[in-house]
Amino acid sequence: MSKERQSRLWPALLRLAVLSIFTILLAFPFYWMVITTFKQNSDLYDLQSNPFIFNAKPTLDHLRFLFGQTMYLRWLGNTALVGLLVVTITLVLAIPAAYSLTRLTGRWGQRLGIIIFLTYLIPPTLLFIPLSKVVADLGLQDTIWSLVVVYPSFTVPFSIWLLMGFFKSIPRELEDAAMVDGLTRFGAFVKMVVPISISGILTVVIFTFTLVTQEFVYALTFISTEPHQMVGVGIPIFLIRGDVYYWGSLMAACLIASLPIAFLYNLFLDRFIAGFTVGAVKG
Amino acid sequence: MAIEPVDDAQSQAEKAPPLAPDISDKVKRPKWGKVKSAGAAQSPLLGAAMFAPAVLYLLAILGGPFILAVIYAFSDIRIGSTEMHWVGLENFRSILQSPSFRTSIENSFIFTFCSQVIVIIGSTILAVALEKKFRGRGIFRFLILLPWVAPISLGAIGWKWILDSLYSVINWVLVAVHLFKPYEAPMWLGEPHLAMASVILVQSWRLLPFATVIMLAGLTAIPKEIPEAAAIDGAGFWRTLFEINIPMMLPIINVAVLFGIIFTFTDMTVVYILTAGGPFDSTQVLPSYAYFTGILGSDLAAGAAVSLFLVPLLVIIAWLMLRTAHRAEVV
Repeated sequence: MSKERQSRLWPALLRLAVLSIFTILLAFPFYWMVITTFKQNSDLYDLQSNPFIFNAKPTLDHLRFLFGQTMYLRWLGNTALVGLLVVTITLVLAIPAAYSLTRLTGRWGQRLGIIIFLTYLIPPTLLFIPLSKVVADLGLQDTIWSLVVVYPSFTVPFSIWLLMGFFKSIPRELEDAAMVDGLTRFGAFVKMVVPISISGILTVVIFTFTLVTQEFVYALTFISTEPHQMVGVGIPIFLIRGDVYYWGSLMAACLIASLPIAFLYNLFLDRFIAGFTVGAVKG
Repeated sequence: MAIEPVDDAQSQAEKAPPLAPDISDKVKRPKWGKVKSAGAAQSPLLGAAMFAPAVLYLLAILGGPFILAVIYAFSDIRIGSTEMHWVGLENFRSILQSPSFRTSIENSFIFTFCSQVIVIIGSTILAVALEKKFRGRGIFRFLILLPWVAPISLGAIGWKWILDSLYSVINWVLVAVHLFKPYEAPMWLGEPHLAMASVILVQSWRLLPFATVIMLAGLTAIPKEIPEAAAIDGAGFWRTLFEINIPMMLPIINVAVLFGIIFTFTDMTVVYILTAGGPFDSTQVLPSYAYFTGILGSDLAAGAAVSLFLVPLLVIIAWLMLRTAHRAEVV
């Protein structure tokens, strides 16, 4: 009896300990961003005082500097704009392709789908050198348009893959019924399949948007001047003047840009992961 | 061996909803197969028209540059140059002789291997701890996922501050507990071995949540009856864990490792932000070396040649993934 209880108590305690340790290790940098954002410089750069607490009054100076003296807002705007445009291109290309590969092309569609998914794994670091030349030749260098054109190269493959999973779960009878009622195959796709796949499409929207905000290599390579930066590159490269790090504003910038993306992504993460695990488990 | 139980779980999951499992399994499957092939025969043209735009776009934006990368690697093209000449294997000869290149290949493997070991061990533990539902699980999950869902360049900047040469909070703690004297604490990003350890740890920090959620997906797919039956037969928590749960998780661990390798071996964000490859190339990896040579050094040809060294690894991983996918398709 007591032995049985013991064998239940220990795993529970152990789980709590394990979770606490991992949570602290993984979330600590974000806690550190919060603390740093609101600390006065005199407190921040004092080696004697305890860095974990506020030794002087919290301040909004770093936020004021960030929004008043830097192009931070502009970078946020660039990122949102690129995100929006890439989402549009991705939806236009991926939705019909995914439908076609699940329903209209038989076994070949499934195979082509896997190959398309694998192209998602082609890393920016393989292609950024020729692409930088292509972008320059097209006159898109140092504009956000270079990113708008290139980013679908990794958002489209994964989106097709995710949407294929969604379309597969729609019963064929629905489309057959719609076609019996006089709709064409394409009509059934537009009027039946797309509206009931709205949650899948929303997943693709969020997923594409977060990928755009997370990309670093292309943005670093194609964009060179401060006003055209994305947040992911602007903060680490342009908030540092020479060798001077404005740690307070840097951390504030990271925090403000990270949290909304993290929240959004977190909402849809399970569906996203299901895309990765198809083949090994049933998502 | 270990793969079969999960495959069983899959077919069970498919069987579960219908009213009479064994009948529906026999009747429904062939019928669906027929509808599928009939549909395919009906509208191959429409099908092609619907996927062609995406495929053409991808070919143009991925295939084109890849061919260019190969051409560049055998040329003498530089940023700003208008013409280029065929130079044969000259670029490969010169990078293979460069000590920096050899260091970065070596570092790439160390970087990838060490971070994957940490990620796999960590995420297995974490997934097992997170599997059961309990109060507060959602908050733990959100906090644990932060490193993966926040943009990596921003997370890395956070670490750069934590590992600062003067104001590192880690060093403050080390001094406070008298492990080090003030001003003698380690320079995390300034000494070769410590810098390598730092980029490995930050990369692991980044990938651990991703691997954990993949593992969780695998854990939840293990049919509950098997561990329960084991418990009835008298197997304790640890025996169930090591003899049933972990072996059954192997296929999913496989998936996590394959993605982890790609995301690590081909990425330069953490290295670029934390150390920029330094000190003295001690953290230089292949992608960052390609960037410094090709873009900052203006030598597009040599940079392209360096990044082509990523291809063999990518091909191997893609092949392994196709095998995993194929296995699932056959079952």
